Amino acid sequence: MNELLRKILFLPEQVSTVARDIDHLHFFVIIVTMIGAFGVAVFTLYFIIKYRESAHRGGELPPDARPHRSPAGVPWWVEAGVIAGLFALFLLFWVIGFGQFVRISEPPRDSLTIYVTGKQWMWSFAYPNGAGSNGVLYVPVNRPVKLVLTSRDVIHSFFVPEFRLKQDAVPGRSTQMWFEATRPGRYPIYCTEYCGMAHSTMLGEIVVVSGAEYEQKLGGLEPVRIAGPQVQLPATPGEGRVAELVSLAAVGERVAAEAGCLRCHTVDGTPHIGPTFAGLFGARIPLEDGKTIVADEAYLTSSMMDPAAQLHRGFTAVMPSYQGLLSAPQVGALVEYIRSLQYVPRVDGNVPLPADTGQPVPLVTPLPPVEQQAANPAQAPGARPPLRSEQPAGAGKQPPQIEAPSGVVVPGEGDR
Amino acid sequence: MSAPATQHETADETTVRRLGVQFSDLAKQDHAARFGMWVFLASELLLFAGLFALYVAYRIKYPQEFADGVHHNALALGTTNTFVLIISSFTIAYAIHMLRKDRPRVAFWLLITTIALGALFLVFKGIEYSGHFAHGIFPGQLYAFAEMPTDGARMFFTLYFFMTGLHAIHMIVGLGIVIWLAMRVWKGLANARYHTEVEVGALYWHLVDGIWIFLWPLFYLTG
Amino acid sequence: MKNYLNATHGLRSWLLTKDHKRIAVMFLIAVLISLMLGGVFAMVLRLELLTPGESFLDAQTYNQMFTHHGVVMTFLFMIPGIPTVFGNFFLPMMVGAPDVAFPRLNLLSFYLLVVGAIIMLVALWFGGVDTGWTFYTPYSTSSESSVALAVFGVFIVGFSSIVTGVNFIVTVHTLRAKNLGWLKLPLFVWAIYATAIIQVLATPVLGMSLLLVAVDHAWGFGIFDPALGGDPILFQHLFWFYSHPAVYIMILPAMGVVSEIVCTFSHNRPASYVLIAISSLGIAFIGFLTWGHHMFVSGMSVFDAGAFGILSMFVGIFSAIKVFTWTATLRRGRIRFTAPLLYFFGFMFLFVFGGMTGIAVATSSLDVHWHDTYFIVAHFHFIMVGGTLTMFLAACHYWFPKMFGRMYHEGWALVGAIGVIFGFIFAFTPQFLLGNWGMPRRYATYPDQFQWLNVTSTAGATILGLGVLVSVVTLVYAAFRGPVAPRNPWGSRGYEWLAPTPPPVHNFDAPLEIKRGPYDYHQPE
Repeated sequence: MNELLRKILFLPEQVSTVARDIDHLHFFVIIVTMIGAFGVAVFTLYFIIKYRESAHRGGELPPDARPHRSPAGVPWWVEAGVIAGLFALFLLFWVIGFGQFVRISEPPRDSLTIYVTGKQWMWSFAYPNGAGSNGVLYVPVNRPVKLVLTSRDVIHSFFVPEFRLKQDAVPGRSTQMWFEATRPGRYPIYCTEYCGMAHSTMLGEIVVVSGAEYEQKLGGLEPVRIAGPQVQLPATPGEGRVAELVSLAAVGERVAAEAGCLRCHTVDGTPHIGPTFAGLFGARIPLEDGKTIVADEAYLTSSMMDPAAQLHRGFTAVMPSYQGLLSAPQVGALVEYIRSLQYVPRVDGNVPLPADTGQPVPLVTPLPPVEQQAANPAQAPGARPPLRSEQPAGAGKQPPQIEAPSGVVVPGEGDR
Repeated sequence: MSAPATQHETADETTVRRLGVQFSDLAKQDHAARFGMWVFLASELLLFAGLFALYVAYRIKYPQEFADGVHHNALALGTTNTFVLIISSFTIAYAIHMLRKDRPRVAFWLLITTIALGALFLVFKGIEYSGHFAHGIFPGQLYAFAEMPTDGARMFFTLYFFMTGLHAIHMIVGLGIVIWLAMRVWKGLANARYHTEVEVGALYWHLVDGIWIFLWPLFYLTG
Repeated sequence: MKNYLNATHGLRSWLLTKDHKRIAVMFLIAVLISLMLGGVFAMVLRLELLTPGESFLDAQTYNQMFTHHGVVMTFLFMIPGIPTVFGNFFLPMMVGAPDVAFPRLNLLSFYLLVVGAIIMLVALWFGGVDTGWTFYTPYSTSSESSVALAVFGVFIVGFSSIVTGVNFIVTVHTLRAKNLGWLKLPLFVWAIYATAIIQVLATPVLGMSLLLVAVDHAWGFGIFDPALGGDPILFQHLFWFYSHPAVYIMILPAMGVVSEIVCTFSHNRPASYVLIAISSLGIAFIGFLTWGHHMFVSGMSVFDAGAFGILSMFVGIFSAIKVFTWTATLRRGRIRFTAPLLYFFGFMFLFVFGGMTGIAVATSSLDVHWHDTYFIVAHFHFIMVGGTLTMFLAACHYWFPKMFGRMYHEGWALVGAIGVIFGFIFAFTPQFLLGNWGMPRRYATYPDQFQWLNVTSTAGATILGLGVLVSVVTLVYAAFRGPVAPRNPWGSRGYEWLAPTPPPVHNFDAPLEIKRGPYDYHQPE
């Protein structure tokens, strides 16, 4: 029955966990629609024919047809019944639909996170293991996948008909959607928000692969291409300089150093000019206006673009905006890096210097001029920990290593 | 409206000349004119309501910058302007009162005062704007105010220019209307018997004043 | 016999007229030209979509074409259509007045439409605007095409709409004939009145949003530009705050026409006058609260989605009440089958189908799949064409004798109506299926599998276009060569039919005395 109705209505295959339920609601609503529209048309036609002029003149109508007399009107209880019935019906649609909408809006905790960037006129994807792909999105089957979407230029929209899901990719902010694919295969991705000349050719493909194959697939991909500071590993003697897949979090570590983040943010919990990255991801932090917010991907991303918008209480608004200075993959990498530090204990519970009085904190020590810092990163206050590549293995305080060619599974509380 | 009347036209002649065919009497016509202006003012209100909603949305997004922006604005000039407009609303209302009391010359000079006050408002606004320009405060991508370089500050000032600019355009239209009204009073076409156009024009002027009363706290007081 | 058509002669007497009837006729010409123009753009689109790849249009031109089609149809046909033509002509007559409250403002409204339309069309055509009629930022503000000028044209057209709205509201309040209380007003008047309220309150918000787009585009104000700290989603909120009530500006007058036609051609009172009148106001009011249902996938919160969804359902209830009441009105009527009634029958099926699919897309989870696909295109065309266009054409036929003093040829009118209704069904039903299948809207080229449904749709659109053409030619021919019409060929009890046919300059020979209701078919006329 499900298949029959699906085919009659030209719906594609149901390849996500929610598709079947959504289709069932679809069938219900459309069937009611058909009944309503045809019912009205049939009744209208019936009355038009029964009470036609020639029937009156020809005497075909029963005595109670009472031509030229005003109608009895519709009894109030019929009207009320119709209204109440329709209201109940629409309410039922809404209740079921809303329940489904909630379900498709809130990703499960253990979702694999992939960063999606829409731009005129292609999609690019960044995976947690540092791989990247353009136009083709690889996802594992039977596993919840969360997409964090943004756009480089204008609004796009990411649509997979087989999943029954879409979400807009908006510049300047990130949106999210999640799905769990139920069958391997290749399915089209369409852009569904008009974005310019090649809107109709901004096509993509989502490739659902079984678990074992997935790691293989990702391992075979190129590293994610990031504009800006290049990710280069130092050459190993005897080998050429080969770019290897480095986990996105490690990429983020480099970006953090090179983009100047570590001048103000420590990674080991010591207080400094900006909130420490240690223990930040997923924490509930107080804001300037008295509210609190969970520091999730959206918050971190928006803080990079517009730092003063939701300022952490107790810190001054001195952070410059990185809008236009960081590419979307770089932002994703930074978020992953900060996420990788979420279990690092904070030294003073992340209070700024001196004590938290709720007053804006004046800069106690002026920062050395920018050029000097760039030349001597090690001398910046709150010196960042040495990069993994600079440390002997097993040395002291280190962030937890996130390797994983397969999907990063970081239990993240605080997903919205 | 046909040829201008003289001071000596009788009441009946005025009625016949002025009464539109669709109205049964002059009172109805005047009522319709006032009512029509009120309906039009509702649409003007909605025009600015959208902008207020935009302001609120961005203020929620950038609370600190907006507060700082308000601090930066010239409170003295803004408040002076508010009083200038309030007084001008008073003068135009009093002009109508004087017309009803059949003192058209006084009414005329009150209208002139209204015009002068309106022009003064625009002068102060111009001074304010040039003060901003001197600091590099321009709307949108031309914004170059080093002291407050953030996106939120830029948005505050862009909204400031757009909303006060749109208001100023309405002021200029209003000034045009009041100048026309003053001419009508001077020629005796608006007088004790018939001054609906002055009432209707004054309604518009009051709206322009009213909108400023809301712009003033948003941009000058809520720091 | 002197009537409004021949009372004075010469072009100036028309172009500078203050007579609401002449202004209505001028609007009719403007609106029909816009309908034809919008229809031409539609046919160009549908011809291009016969093949999956590019055939005679490149993608950029296609994109401009759908923008032209949407802008022209929405702002120059759908919104002004019934109010400026039939509202202008018949509102004063239906309240027993010799004209509207502000005749010169009425003329101004006409010229605002014309000037705005010219600016808009020049900007669209020569400036290569391709943003779609929705002008979403930041594409519209960063595009190199003449967006600022185009939206300025729309701004002026919007002003025309506001002026008309003010005029109609004041007319209904102040110019009713003696003894004509609110509950004796024809239902068409209630519909126009409710529409006018929306026009006055919603259009300014559109004007303001478009003004912001213009300054963003021309001077980089960046109000909606993320690079300058702006939020593109705020534009969508402001835009849809107008554009959703706008669709009620498009449908409420059509519903008013339905009420008149149903009662006249079934020779019957409405089954419940009060319910229809209240539903008109209800639709106008609730229509302001539902705009977010255009933005379910823009990243809005779950709470907002739920709220907008349920409010959208409420609007449907008012429409359903009207449909039920109209059907009940046919019962025990004395029904005369004419072209207007055939259009009414088409309306009942198409509007209900379209309206129910509206309830379907208000169901948030379903809309996630359907948003920005051809399902949505089909949904709104069912209402706009199946609802408003059918009733516009119906009104053209129904009131034709009163307006021009002649009768049209019923046979050809029926042919036209059949072409419109059946052409429409074949044009747009396949689009529901295309949307389900996954074909997005605003696509110049598409994957091969979607072709046969597109071909069917184009075939239907051709028949629809021919149907409209036949109807318009029938009416234009009849205006010059049709047989002279009696004063009240339909035997309607509407007040406008009490006037001579065509009406004299001031509508009635003597001030109208209302002694009965507008639907008192149980009494002699």
